[in-house]
Amino acid sequence: MILRALAILIAGALPLAAQEAAPTKPPERIVADLSRDDVDITTSFDGSEIIIYGAIKREAPPLATPLDVIVTVEGPALPVTVRHKERRFGIWVNTGKVAIASAPNFYVVATTRPLEKILDPAEDSRFRISVPLAMRAFAGAAEVDDVVPYTEALIRLREQHDLYRLDEGAVRLAEETLFRADVRLPANLMEGLYATRIFLIRDGKVQDTFRAPIEVRKVGLERWLYRLAFEKPFLYGLMSLALAVAAGWGASAAFRQLQRS
Amino acid sequence: MQIYLPIAEVAVNAFALVGLGGVVGLMSGLFGVGGGFLITPLLFFIGIPPAIAVATGANQVVASSFSALLSHVKRKSVDFRMGWVLLAGGLVGSSIGVFFFNILSRLGQVDLVVQLCYVIFLGLIGAMMLQESVRALRRSRKSGPIKPMRRNQHGWVHRGPFKIKFRASGLYISVIPVLLVGAAVGILGALMGVGGGFIMVPAMIYLLGMPTKVVIGTSLFQITFLSAYTTLMHAVSLNTVDIMLAVLLIIGGVVGAQIGTTLGAKLRAEQLRILLALLVLAVCGKLGLDLVLKPDDLYSLTPGVIG
Repeated sequence: MILRALAILIAGALPLAAQEAAPTKPPERIVADLSRDDVDITTSFDGSEIIIYGAIKREAPPLATPLDVIVTVEGPALPVTVRHKERRFGIWVNTGKVAIASAPNFYVVATTRPLEKILDPAEDSRFRISVPLAMRAFAGAAEVDDVVPYTEALIRLREQHDLYRLDEGAVRLAEETLFRADVRLPANLMEGLYATRIFLIRDGKVQDTFRAPIEVRKVGLERWLYRLAFEKPFLYGLMSLALAVAAGWGASAAFRQLQRS
Repeated sequence: MQIYLPIAEVAVNAFALVGLGGVVGLMSGLFGVGGGFLITPLLFFIGIPPAIAVATGANQVVASSFSALLSHVKRKSVDFRMGWVLLAGGLVGSSIGVFFFNILSRLGQVDLVVQLCYVIFLGLIGAMMLQESVRALRRSRKSGPIKPMRRNQHGWVHRGPFKIKFRASGLYISVIPVLLVGAAVGILGALMGVGGGFIMVPAMIYLLGMPTKVVIGTSLFQITFLSAYTTLMHAVSLNTVDIMLAVLLIIGGVVGAQIGTTLGAKLRAEQLRILLALLVLAVCGKLGLDLVLKPDDLYSLTPGVIG
């Protein structure tokens, strides 16, 4: 785990494009599509499902070693601070904290088989596939001696809220050619650009990658309110107050009518 | 029925929020407290981000206290002059409180200070009120008809300069202690993210010597304006008011507040004070236990990078 945390630090300093240069002319290539490339958040939004499907295009007959597919869906990255409580003078107090400059608010890894059996660790850190590698870098120098429990806590807490997930065996692969993954997006989804990545794995090595964006956005009333709150906050504040006062007066008047009759 | 909240960016059960608003509104009508000390922790509990819970809670408090205030105006149980003086002190105190809040968050222990504030003040006030009101109830039972509680006629509040006649409260006292009470409540309210009704009500009864029936209406008057100010500040500077969440809470809140005021008119003042004291002690106990008991997870996440 310490090595892994170090890898996050070092890799975080490198530009992303340099790490993910795919090998030239792969013998097997991914042809894929998504069931939808945008998700609309309406008032009744209660999560969504995206089907990521495709086929493997090859010039020569497949090799003898087994073929695997990994699908990841990654949400917009934001800074987050992980804090740790300790008992001081009988009460629980926040003592240590680790600031992570950039961690996706949503990250799902779906695979055909258990991740550690199909993916070489070096390839994992190169392409940043597994959940711990989704975090980019620490913000400033760490204040604590051991950051590992903090990064583990971030993953654990996000997993509890269904925001980080490792779905081993969730990708179905037929005849080493056709694959399909159903990815569930939870109800507590944030607006933004989500990135889908598909990796073709043989002998633990990445053979080919495929990327496609998913746009998650608020629509209708949700969008109107959100924009008003950020673009005309004073008007929005007055509107909230007017609503509160009107509701307060309305209920008072209604109850007076009720009591009179 | 799930509803997606545009600012909080989470989906929540609409009926649960209406119910939550209703319970808090009931407290508001019954005791003249805004209910901020109840609604903010309850919203945390159902997964609303803290900053949004505090700001939207303030907006809901405006609705339920305004609704309850109208009924009190009708019953003529509001001392407007007292309300304005308290509010003036409150706005000054609130600004001082925000200043302290910023200093504490730079030091990194604002959560702990807020929690300790809650436990200490709720504990002290709850215990004081319970002891006093139980004694008053016993006394009134023994001597049959309810005698008006004898307030100390010439305490420190009567000696200062700038005396004003507060007719609705039947008081002729110096304006300085009233301003000080308003400011102190404003400071604590801003620090703890609440309207401060639960501090204001006992302060009016025990420090200023106001009669309980007028206290509730006057406290509601002051809370309505102070939380409207807070809501606007949060909306403008932090964009943390979620109007959809507010609507759901308000629907429950205004109905609850009306039921609360109707119920409150039927209960005796001592009984009301005992109930409020028990409620305050219960919240205090819960927060105290949170400080002492080992939390479920020793780690917690806060969005953004904290300096």
